[in-house]
Amino acid sequence: MFKKTGIAALAALTLSAGGAWAAGAEAHVEDIAFSFEGPFGKFDQNQLQRGLKIYTQVCSACHGMQYVPLRTLGDEGGPHLPADQVRAYAEQFEVFDPELDDTRPATPVDHFPGSALETAPDLSLMAKKRAGFHGPYGSGLSQLFNGMGGPEYIYSLMTGYHEAPECAPEDFPGSYNATFAAGGFPDSCKDDHGGHTVPGSWIAMGQPLWGDDVEFDDGTEATLEQEAKDVAAFLMWTAEPKMMARQHAGLVGVIFLTLLSVLLYLTNKRIWAPIKGKKTH
Amino acid sequence: MSGIPHDHYEPKTNAEKWLHSRLPIVGLLYDTIMIPTPKNLNWMWIWGIVLTFCLVLQIATGIVLAMHYTPHVDMAFASIEHIMRNVNGGHFIRYLHMNGASLFFVAVYLHIFRGLYYGSYKAPREITWIIGMLIYLAMMGTAFMGYVLPWGQMSFWGATVITGLFGAIPFIGESIQTWLLGGPAVGNATLNRFFSLHYLLPFVIAALVALHIWAFHTTGNNNPTGIDVRRTSKAEADKDTVSFWPYFVIKDLFAMAVILVVFFAVVGFMPNYLGHPDNYIEANALSTPAHIVPEWYFLPFYAILRAFTSDVWVVMFASWITGGIVDAKFFGVLAMFGAIAVMALAPWLDTSSVRSGRYRPMFKWWFWLLAIDFVVLMWVGAMPAEPPYSTISLIASAYWFAYFLVILPLLGVIEKPAAQPATIEEDFDAHYGKAETPAE
Repeated sequence: MFKKTGIAALAALTLSAGGAWAAGAEAHVEDIAFSFEGPFGKFDQNQLQRGLKIYTQVCSACHGMQYVPLRTLGDEGGPHLPADQVRAYAEQFEVFDPELDDTRPATPVDHFPGSALETAPDLSLMAKKRAGFHGPYGSGLSQLFNGMGGPEYIYSLMTGYHEAPECAPEDFPGSYNATFAAGGFPDSCKDDHGGHTVPGSWIAMGQPLWGDDVEFDDGTEATLEQEAKDVAAFLMWTAEPKMMARQHAGLVGVIFLTLLSVLLYLTNKRIWAPIKGKKTH
Repeated sequence: MSGIPHDHYEPKTNAEKWLHSRLPIVGLLYDTIMIPTPKNLNWMWIWGIVLTFCLVLQIATGIVLAMHYTPHVDMAFASIEHIMRNVNGGHFIRYLHMNGASLFFVAVYLHIFRGLYYGSYKAPREITWIIGMLIYLAMMGTAFMGYVLPWGQMSFWGATVITGLFGAIPFIGESIQTWLLGGPAVGNATLNRFFSLHYLLPFVIAALVALHIWAFHTTGNNNPTGIDVRRTSKAEADKDTVSFWPYFVIKDLFAMAVILVVFFAVVGFMPNYLGHPDNYIEANALSTPAHIVPEWYFLPFYAILRAFTSDVWVVMFASWITGGIVDAKFFGVLAMFGAIAVMALAPWLDTSSVRSGRYRPMFKWWFWLLAIDFVVLMWVGAMPAEPPYSTISLIASAYWFAYFLVILPLLGVIEKPAAQPATIEEDFDAHYGKAETPAE
């Protein structure tokens, strides 16, 4: 009796835990099959390098990544740039050195600079702080089964800029985005009960990606969708750079503990056999 | 130690005798590990070991994390990212610690509900039960303060909301709140003292766990029948029990390994699933998150806290009779702590002479309703405080109190218990057939 109830209780736990996430109003998020999803998922090195290029040439104009050390661009499992390229990449940033009491070119031990624009959020953890975007009181199940999370949100945000709906006044501040839920929303687009008649809201950031914003070194065509996917994957890596090491450790743990469970099951069965009155051999 | 008759440690060599006459520690360990244990314990009796493991896991990972963590409002958030990115294995240790807290609470809730179903709280185990409740309170305090340490948005606003509860206490509330926070609002002083206490409390828990084990080793374990082990002679006791080692050690280790498979899968593949994404945003006193939601394990009691709004008649009545001293906010705080207090008083509220729920036909139904009630409370705790959730949480909270204050006392009087087996041996043999004489 307890066993069945236990399962039911666990199911309920996962449900209510999902409910514990809260985001904003209704918004549209696309499900993308990223290479890093699932227990055996891996970051695509080329994709991360493409994403880095987009970050460098587009995002970094306003946004920063103050928690990400530049040297990690050379890490295996990440963009995996050669050491000299990491050094060269770092040199393009100026950092303040308290010992020199002056600025100097960054080296790989320094971090990415913080946001240049004060109102632009830091992107280091963007993919993780949006992990629970699935509606204000969602069940958490789409995250569990479809692997939908922060990167999907970022992709949808990048591709979510559309012509502003007709119900909105022309001079309403910001850009209309079907994915962004936490922005301004004109009263003229609400129904009688205050419900939103269009998904998303108005975001302060103007549309950053249009397609053909960068030229990829590996010859991949820089469509808007491709760019959005690549930058989302890159930001997933910056938020969770040890993801592959973690999944590997988890897998090793699961395999060894499963083996241990089998051995302990057999041991337990044998030890109890005489007590339970079953034949030992 | 008195209790169930069994063989005691006999020092054999001169060295053993020398030590035993000076410090009988080997004897203590022997008696603890060889304690006679009812042989009919089912799989719900594994949670104690899981909980002990969780405590050790949290202390071990926590000590390492404390080596790299900086309890300062300007550096705490960055030091967590330092652990996640630069410390060798730091990301895994932190995720173990984070999800270890969830495993701890899964185990403690199953452990508590096991005790509620099989009447483990009843005489002579009241002290074990009370110590257990103190452990649970200490766990909640530790988990709450630990959640503040990463200094994310939920850390900050959770701390603000929860310490604000103490401010609801009439007359002295504001002073208590200031004393808890170390200032007028959540700030550096708060973070420092929470870090200090988060490190201290687990050792208090460890001491309470020792008392908890000492207490139930004195009374003996409860078991699914609730019937006492026969103690008149060792021969009789041997028919009802087996020694803890190896029988239950191996059984518990097997259960532990299976649970850890799931735990490692969660830590390895979805470590943030039970967390709140807002906590990856650094604390900002100027920006309140849209929905402040506590961690899942606090949700049932959070739901009770919010259930009693000023338009509920008991709240109006309490306010009227106290001349407004007990307002809705203070009533909610009283209800939340009261919900745990009534649970702690279960040994004296339950009037039935039958211990195990297995032989209580009416109790069973009310018990399972309580289990469902708990899950419902957890669910509404995560929902916004608006209809229909406010009504649901009020009904669910009312049932929680009714179960302990009305149903448990009444059932003992009106319920006709089912037939119980005479001995543990009889129950065991009914399940497994008469034991053949093992070939020795």
